[in-house]
Amino acid sequence: MQSGDMMITKENILEYLEAVKDPEIPVISLVDLGVISDIQIFDNEIIVELTPTFAGCPAIEYMRKNVEEVLQEKGFNVKAVINYNKVWSSDFISEKGLQKLQEFGLAKPSKTDEDLLKTFKNVECPKCHSKNTQLLNPFGPTLCRAIHHCHDCKETFEQFKTV
Amino acid sequence: MKPEVLEALKKYLFQLADDELIMGHRNSEWTGIGPILEEDIAFASMAQDEIGHAQAFYLLLTELGEQEPDFLAFFRKYNEFRCCHLVEYPIGEYDFSLTRHLFYDVQEMLRLKWLAQNSQYEPLKNLASKLIREEKYHYMHAVTWFQQLTNGSEEAKIRMQNAVNFSYPLAMSLFEPASYHEILVKEGMVPAEKDLEKLWIAELQGIIEKTPIKLPEVSEPNKYYGGRNGYHSEHLEPLIKEMSEVFMIDPYAKW
Repeated sequence: MQSGDMMITKENILEYLEAVKDPEIPVISLVDLGVISDIQIFDNEIIVELTPTFAGCPAIEYMRKNVEEVLQEKGFNVKAVINYNKVWSSDFISEKGLQKLQEFGLAKPSKTDEDLLKTFKNVECPKCHSKNTQLLNPFGPTLCRAIHHCHDCKETFEQFKTV
Repeated sequence: MKPEVLEALKKYLFQLADDELIMGHRNSEWTGIGPILEEDIAFASMAQDEIGHAQAFYLLLTELGEQEPDFLAFFRKYNEFRCCHLVEYPIGEYDFSLTRHLFYDVQEMLRLKWLAQNSQYEPLKNLASKLIREEKYHYMHAVTWFQQLTNGSEEAKIRMQNAVNFSYPLAMSLFEPASYHEILVKEGMVPAEKDLEKLWIAELQGIIEKTPIKLPEVSEPNKYYGGRNGYHSEHLEPLIKEMSEVFMIDPYAKW
C-alpha cells in the first residue's frame, strides 16, 4: 500500500499507532504496551492485529476501534482484529512504556517468574522509589492492577500486574 | 477434522466455557457485599477474568461454526449448558464461596496446565497458555485465604471444616466423565477426567496439609454428576434467567 509516492512500511504504521493510547492508562501507547502483535500490509488493505493484555479486558474493543479510526484518518483502508490465541506478557512492555507507567503513578510489573509470590516482593514505590513495600491485594481497580503499600512514604500505590 | 471429533470437541469447549461463565457469574454476586473491601474487589476481579475466559472459549466455538459468544452465553436453554453442579450453587456464606473457589481454581489450574502442555488441538493449547497466566492469581488468592482462615479462630476452623464437608463431594462433579471425552482423550486433545481428578486430590492434599482441615470420605462420587450432559441442579435455571434478563429485553440492542 502507498501513501502519496511513499511505500508504506510497518515502521510507518507503528509510528501512526503511537497516537492510540490505553484508555485506562492514557499515557502509554498500544505499541509500547506490546498489544500490537502483527501488522500486514497488502496492496489495498492493512491488517493490524491486537493481542489483549487480559482475556477479559473490557477496553480491548475500544482499542480496536481506535486503531482503525487513527489509520483511517491517515487515509488507509484498515482492518483491526483481536487475536485471543496469542499470549501477552507484561515482559512485552517497552522500556519507554515502563517509564511512562511510573510517571503515571503505577509501579512497573516485575520480570515474570515461575514463583508468583516472588514477583510481589519489594516492588519499587513509584512515588519515593523505596523498596520497603508490601502487597495489599493482588486484585485492584482494573484487571491489570495490584495494590501495594509503601512503608517509607506511607503511600498506597497500584502496580501493573506481572503476567 | 473428523466430524465425530469436531462434535465431541464442541461439547468439551462448551463444558469449559459454561463452567467459567457460571462460576464468573456466581463470583460477581459478591460485588458490593464482600466481607471486607479487599475481598469484594478480589471476587469482582476474578469474576471479570472468568467471564472473559468464557468469552474466549465461546469464540473458539464461533470459529468452529457456532453462533457469536453473546448468543451462546444468553440465548441457550439451561439444559443446553454443560457446566458442573459445583459452579451452580448459590454463593451462600463466605466460607462456602472461598472453599468452592479453592476447589474450582486448583482444578482449573491443572486442566489448563495439561492443555497448554499437551493438547493436540492447537487453538485450545494456545488459549490455555494465555489464560494460565491470569489463573495463577486466582490460585494464589484461594490458597492464601484458605490457609489463613483455617489457621484462625475456633469458629473459623469449624466453619471452614463444615464448608469443606459440604463442598468436597460436590466438587467431584468437576471430573464427571462423559462419553464425548473418550474420543478427545484418544486424539490427545484433552486430559482424561480420572487422571485429572488424581492430580487434583494430590495437589489439594499438599495445600490442606498445612491446615487442621480433614477431607471427608466420599461415599457416592457420582451423586452430583449430570451437568456435562445437561442435567443440572435446581439452581441453574433461575440463574440463567436472571443472567439473561437484561439481554432478553432487547436482544438486538447495540451496546
